This record gives sequence, C-alpha cells and structure tokens, in this order.
Amino acid sequence: MATHTELGLSDHEYALILAGLGREPGPVELAMLSLMWSEHCAYKHSRRLLGRLPTDGPHVLVGPGENAGAVDVGGGLAVAFKVESHNHPSAVEPFQGAATGVGGILRDVFALGARPIALLDSLRFGEIADSARSRYLLERAVAGIGHYGNSIGVPTVGGEIYFEAEYEQNCLINVMAVGLAPHERLTSSAAVGVSNSLVLLGALTGRDGIGGASVLASAELSGGEDAKRPTVQIGDPFAEKKLLECCLELLDLGLLASLQDLGAAGLTSAASEMAAKGGVGIDIDVASVPLRETDMEPFEIMVSESQERMLCVVEPARVAAVLEVCERWEVLATPIGQVTEPAGGVGAFRVLRHGRVVGELPVSLLVDDCPRYDLAPEAPPRGLYPAPARRLDPSASAGETLLALLACANLASRAPVFTQYDPVVGSRTVRRPAEGDSAVLVLDNGAAIAVAIDGNGRRVAVNPRAGAAEAVYECAANLACAGAEPLGLTNCLNFGNPEKPHVAWQLAEAVDGLAGACETLGVPVVGGNVSLYNESPDGPILPTPVVGMVGLLPDPERAGRTGFLQAGDVIALAGRFHPSRDGSEIAKLHGLAPEGELPTKDLGGLAATHALIRDGVRSGVFHSAHDIAEGGIATALAECVLAGGVGAEVTLPDGLDPFGEDLGTAFIVSGPAAQLSGRDGLAVLGTVGRERLVIAGLLELDLSELTAAHVGSLAVALGEGVGPG
Amino acid sequence: MKFGILRFPGTCDERDAAGAVGRLDGVEAEILPHHDRDLRGVDAVIVPGGFSYGDYLRTGAIARFAPVMESVTEFAAAGGIVLGICNGFQILCEAGLLPGALLPNPSLRFLFRQVRLSVVDPECAFTNACPLTLSVPVKHTTGRYYSPDPVDVVFKYAPGENPNGSQDDIAGVRNAAGNVLGLMPHPEHAVDPLCGGSADGLTIFASIAAHLRASASTPATPAG
Repeated sequence: MATHTELGLSDHEYALILAGLGREPGPVELAMLSLMWSEHCAYKHSRRLLGRLPTDGPHVLVGPGENAGAVDVGGGLAVAFKVESHNHPSAVEPFQGAATGVGGILRDVFALGARPIALLDSLRFGEIADSARSRYLLERAVAGIGHYGNSIGVPTVGGEIYFEAEYEQNCLINVMAVGLAPHERLTSSAAVGVSNSLVLLGALTGRDGIGGASVLASAELSGGEDAKRPTVQIGDPFAEKKLLECCLELLDLGLLASLQDLGAAGLTSAASEMAAKGGVGIDIDVASVPLRETDMEPFEIMVSESQERMLCVVEPARVAAVLEVCERWEVLATPIGQVTEPAGGVGAFRVLRHGRVVGELPVSLLVDDCPRYDLAPEAPPRGLYPAPARRLDPSASAGETLLALLACANLASRAPVFTQYDPVVGSRTVRRPAEGDSAVLVLDNGAAIAVAIDGNGRRVAVNPRAGAAEAVYECAANLACAGAEPLGLTNCLNFGNPEKPHVAWQLAEAVDGLAGACETLGVPVVGGNVSLYNESPDGPILPTPVVGMVGLLPDPERAGRTGFLQAGDVIALAGRFHPSRDGSEIAKLHGLAPEGELPTKDLGGLAATHALIRDGVRSGVFHSAHDIAEGGIATALAECVLAGGVGAEVTLPDGLDPFGEDLGTAFIVSGPAAQLSGRDGLAVLGTVGRERLVIAGLLELDLSELTAAHVGSLAVALGEGVGPG
Repeated sequence: MKFGILRFPGTCDERDAAGAVGRLDGVEAEILPHHDRDLRGVDAVIVPGGFSYGDYLRTGAIARFAPVMESVTEFAAAGGIVLGICNGFQILCEAGLLPGALLPNPSLRFLFRQVRLSVVDPECAFTNACPLTLSVPVKHTTGRYYSPDPVDVVFKYAPGENPNGSQDDIAGVRNAAGNVLGLMPHPEHAVDPLCGGSADGLTIFASIAAHLRASASTPATPAG
C-alpha cells in the first residue's frame, strides 16, 4: 500500500486526516483523500485568493462552483462557458494531453445542459526557432486539439498562441468551451433525492490516468516524464460525441435529477462533489462499475480518470427510460449506487464491493476539510526571468523592424494552425479566425455572442497586477471590436509553484489585478480553473493568467471585422494610448528581459473608449475595428492591411512610439470620411487605399512584403501544407 | 418535398445540412437515424459529413453496414437522388454507390479552407441551378479522390485550388445513372453569406429540388 507521502499528502495533512477520521484510513480511503486533497481538486493554495474576484452580475445564471458558469443572452437562452488547463499531461504526451483537454472541458459544458457550440485555445510553448521539442509539442498539441474538436463536431473558432523560452519544459494548453442551452435545460450537479439511483454513463473504467490529478497536475515537472505517460488519459471523441448527444436527449426528456462529468479524480471527485452540493450521502458499489480490465482494485476504480464518462442521479422510476435512451445512442449506462440520507447533517461516501463496505468517509472530509493555505508572498528583488536572445538589431530601420515583428513567432500568421481546425460546423460562425478580433457566433434568437481569449505572460512578468488587468482589458477590447458588450468572464491561472514566495506574490498580485479590472468593466467571473506547479528545474513559467470572455451583440450582420474594407475610408486612432516598451514584443526582439513598468491606464477613459468602439461597430459607422496589441500601432495597422488585403497611408501623432504597447486601451478604426472626421474621441491618421502601407516619415512597405513576412515562422515550424496558400 | 438527412453515430453536419435544405421554399428536412430502415417517404437523401463511427477503421467503412444504408442502396437503385458530402461521399464509395475512393491528404493533416469549385457537368440533377464557379469550404483529413477508372466528374477544384492532391482536381463525382453524387466540399456550409463566406452552396440543394419538381411534372416514361 502506498504511503501518504507517495500519494502527495504532507505529514500535516495526514495528521488532519487522522484527526478528522478518528482512525487510520484504509487503502481506498487514502487514495480518495489524496486526490481530493490535491492542489488540482482542492485549490488549497488558491481558494482564499479567488474569493477576491467579483462574481455577481445582472446576466449571471450560474456562477463559480458548478461545472461551468452561465450567463443570460436573452430569448430564454443561456450561454455556458469555462476555460480549463491540461498543461502537465500535454507536456508529457502532447497529442492525447491536448485532445483530452478538449474532451474534458466539453463535458463540463454539457454537464450543465448546454450544447457545445465553440472551442477556443490558449497555448504556450518554448521558442520554436530554437527548440525541436517545442516544435514537436506545438505540432502534436495542435493535431490533438483538432482530432478531438473536429471529430466531435464542435467548431474551433479562435484562440491565441505565444512562444517564450520559459514554457520550454512546461507548455500550457488551456481550452475554453462555450455552450448554448435553453434556461430550463440548465442542470445542477447537486445530488438530490434520497434513494435515487446513481447511473454511470459512457466509457469503460480502466487504469488510465490513475493519480493524474495528484501526480501530474499538482507537482513540478522534474524530468523522467516518460515514466508518467501511463498517467495520461487517451481520448475517444467518438465515444464523447455519443455521450454528448445522449446526455442532451436525457435532459430534454427531463429524465435526470442531476448530471456531473468525470474528470480529475474520476468517480471520487464527481460523486463527492455531487453529494456535497446536495447535502446527501452516496453509496457506490465498485463491483457494478463496468471495467476495461477485470482485475482492478477498488481504489483504482474509484480514482481512474478514464475519459468520456458522466455520472447522473435518476429517480428509480425513470431508470428504465434512461437505460433505453442510452441503448439507442449506443452509450453504456449502469446503475452503480444510490443517494443516501445524511446522518446528523453529514453525508457519508461509502464504497462497497459486492455489498461489503471497503471504505467510508464523511463527504465533508473529502470536499471541505482539506486545509486551505495562506500564501507567503514576497516580491522578488529583481526580475525573475533572464533576457531572451537578441533577434533584431536595435538600429534596424522602422520598415525592417515591422517586418521582423510580423514574422516573429508571437505575431506571425496563425493560419497554419487554424486551418487544422473546423471553424464552421454548427453553422453559427459569423467571424472565422483572423477575420475579426473576436469569434462571433449567431444564436437562435437572432442575436450573436462574441468570444475571445487573451493572456500575455511576459507583461504579467513585468508587473503581475497591471499585466493581469491588461489581459482583461485586452479581451474586452477584442469584444468591443466585434460590437459586443461583455457579459461574463472565465479565467485560467497558470503559475509556478505557489509554495515559493515569488510565485505566490505573482499569483496574489495577478488575482488582485484581475479583480480590479473586472470591477472597472463591470464583468463578473463565472468560473475558472487554477493550474499551479508549472515549473521545471529551469524555473517557473511566466505567470500566465488567461482570460476568456463572452459578450453579446444585437445584430450579427454588423459584427466588426479586423481588416480595412474600402479604399478611400478614413483611418483613425481611438483611445488614450500611452505606449511604452517594457515587456513588449519589440523589447523581446531586442533581447531585453521582461522588466520595468507597464503603462498606467486611465480607467474611466478606457471604459469610454470601449463603448465608443462598440457603438461605432454596432451602428455600422466603423467598417473595421482592431485593438492595438503586441507590436504596437505599426503592427496593428499592418494587421488591418493584411486582413483586408488593401493598403493604407497614415501619419502618426507626433512622438508616438510606433512599436510601443499599451494593451486594451486603443484601437485602429476605419470608415467613411463623412462620419469619422471630427467625431469625438477619434484622431484621424490617414486613408485606406493602394497596395502598400505607408507610415509617413517611417516606412513604406508593399502589401506583398508584409504578406511574405507575416506567413512567417509558424508555417516554417509546422511545415507547409499541400496546395496553394 | 422532403429531404432525408442520415445520421450515424459520429455524424456532425446533419443539423447544418437540414438547415441548408430548410432554406429552400417548399422543402423540409427529416433526420433519418442509422438504425432505422424506414426512409419515411423522403424525396431525396443526403448523407452528411462528420466522423461516422469515429472513422477509426477507415472512413465510411462501418457506416455502410448500418441498417439505413440497405434502404438507401435500394432507393438509389430505383433512381432516387442521393447526395453524399465529405464523410457521406466516403460512405457512398464504401457502399459501392460511387466509383473510386478517398485517400488521406498528402499532408496527413486535417485541412479547412474556402475553395472555388468549377462545375464540369452543369446540366445534371445536382447542378442545374448552379453558377459555373462556387465558393465553398472543404474540411477533411481524407479527401484525396482516386479512381483507377474513368469517372463522371461533376465538380473540380478551380485551377490552382486543389487542396488535397485529388486526382485531376476532382471534387465531386456522380454515378453513371446520374442520381448519386459525392462531394468533398461542404455546400451546407455555404448557404448564408452571414456564416458561409458565400451562399453558393445553396444552389446545389436548389438544383436537386428543381430536378425533383421537373421529374414530378414530367409524365413517367413507360418502362422498357
């Protein structure tokens, strides 16, 4: 029998278990407790911090605590969404790690009763120019995401990818899923109704993924990861497709009392959380669980992370009907236990084998009693991260600099990745990747949602509080460019080892930054995920809070687009833009470490600018809108030219750094001269036209030169596809 | 007029196909599940895209054995109009209703791209209402058409647009009788300029409807 230390529990935690239980735990119990008390399941280093995030808002239907959050989008419809990480499994086995990351977050969304309608990804790898391993991880992770998302018929409509040396050993795979449900189909995971049946749906239970949450997800990567491959699960999108359709039909027929997906810590986590939310106890007989391998021990069955499984609570009279629907969908369904009466207010989680009890734990011990640690944050005396290699001579001309920026891995065309994903299945996709700053999906009520995901670890490394806030502002800016008003936010906090004071400081500061930015914009956090211990012997990753946002726009016909549309249109700058170079893409090309200060934002002005952009797009005054992000205003102008296939001639305001950054605050818009000239809040820069980008006094580049540069490094890393580009 | 849309376990584009034909006046769509031999009196059958049975063995290899395919084979033999799109094309090839086979893309990768198609056979049941070129997306891993024998080509990728190394730029072929068409590109994802980049794909479904109406108004030719 494994010891508590081998299972990842500290001596202190084990003492708490002994005190809480009043006896030594048996092997099944210890295995269950070690997983439920892991960082991945218990958020023991982050839960106290997360309480700082605002979670209330007028549109919130389901807040944090359920499988996913949900907001009201009108017409009796709800949009459910959540972002989740699958970092360590992907660092060990990128194809299956990324694929099962997609599968896992989709289950979270349909557990709520929502049909998944979109996927977005936020990916981080090491420098593909220098590292064969990072090119391998990129290629296989992208293939895995495509394999799962394409096969299950959910479009991948957007995302972002960045490459930094700090992710070399510890890549990040964050996946956001968005689903749609009529209000009445929204389903809780709380187990209800004493003596109701517990029915397990989906795949057979095998030995895959045993201990994944504790061994992989809650410890640093330390080399020798090959030996951990067996703890990575194998994804089967076909099985999940059937499971998805089956679950939605079961909910439509009103046959389920509650529904929960099986993710980290498998049956243990799913059942104990259902019991805790419902204030009940649960019995599970492991002898009833259909197995992939016959000789599995009870503890293995209870903690297996086999994919494509769901657990539901069903009234006894409806079990036969549930089994009938499942049979039609060729989905295995097996009653494995029941809801039990809590004794003295405390539910018991009993594990039986052929009716004999092999483990019995108070649900509260599993779910609530794990210690929550206060962090010991300490600001580092200097930057934590080394300077990157210099890739561009600072004396390069403005034209050479812009071409270098467009070609660099962080700004080059994402087409070699996006073309591996199906962006249109479901027939809701109004803006495909690279057409708009946000993905836009039309709803059955005639309105549309805009969805975006953003994060920039380098800027958070410069200043965790300001950098995390900037991620929220930039995500909201992307929504504004589509014409959408934010309804809710989800986040994934990817950080290093929180037991180290400098990482704890990054985490605490970043959460404060997120909270402040959400309050400034009035956007509630409806759910999220924390991924800690993202570090290797080389050090921690860049602190990487990733923000996903959903917004509403009334008229999809007027959804904004990135590219300049029409020769003769006027180009204008909107926003109080105070760019600087610390933590910027140009600083990285020049070989400067992520240190210094980020620009101070004028928050009142920022919110007003977002409203100006949103209104201009909605009214059709702006033919294009694009936020000025990495690479500064020169890069933003080039992106508008590239996306529109038409040139531009502009003069920048005196003294404005063409490559400095101030994310989330400013925009490039275009539209008819009659409507843009003299409009409050806009500074006219020039006009759309010809097949070149001219920035007066700085650079003149042909569209073909811009295109050649932008095709850039991603295409090289991934190899060219067949046929014309 | 009613179009039947097949649904196998793993089919993904059945709602899209039903939505596409539902845009035509006087046409409704009905989903036909794989386990049911009853075609429910439909006037045409669409075998939509997706990953039937996960495509784990070989694309279309399992779906062709589903009970509904027995009825589709009889329907086609009696001259019924059958359109297979992407995975549907692969299934119809496996079922022997169309010649040739679809092979993996040379890149061995899934590929999404909006492509231009040229109509090679503008008078057939599937193209009578089509413009000469259409803008329609492709999305597949196994779309390289191959046939050792001459085939009746209906659609080709426009010059320079072949996304997958298909033989002779072939994007769609029909059977000799002209009532069964297989197409790798997805016309159901090009029916609304809001979402599809174009509405060109709708003309393929409109062609089928026009053909069926014309056949219904023409007195049946005596047998023999």
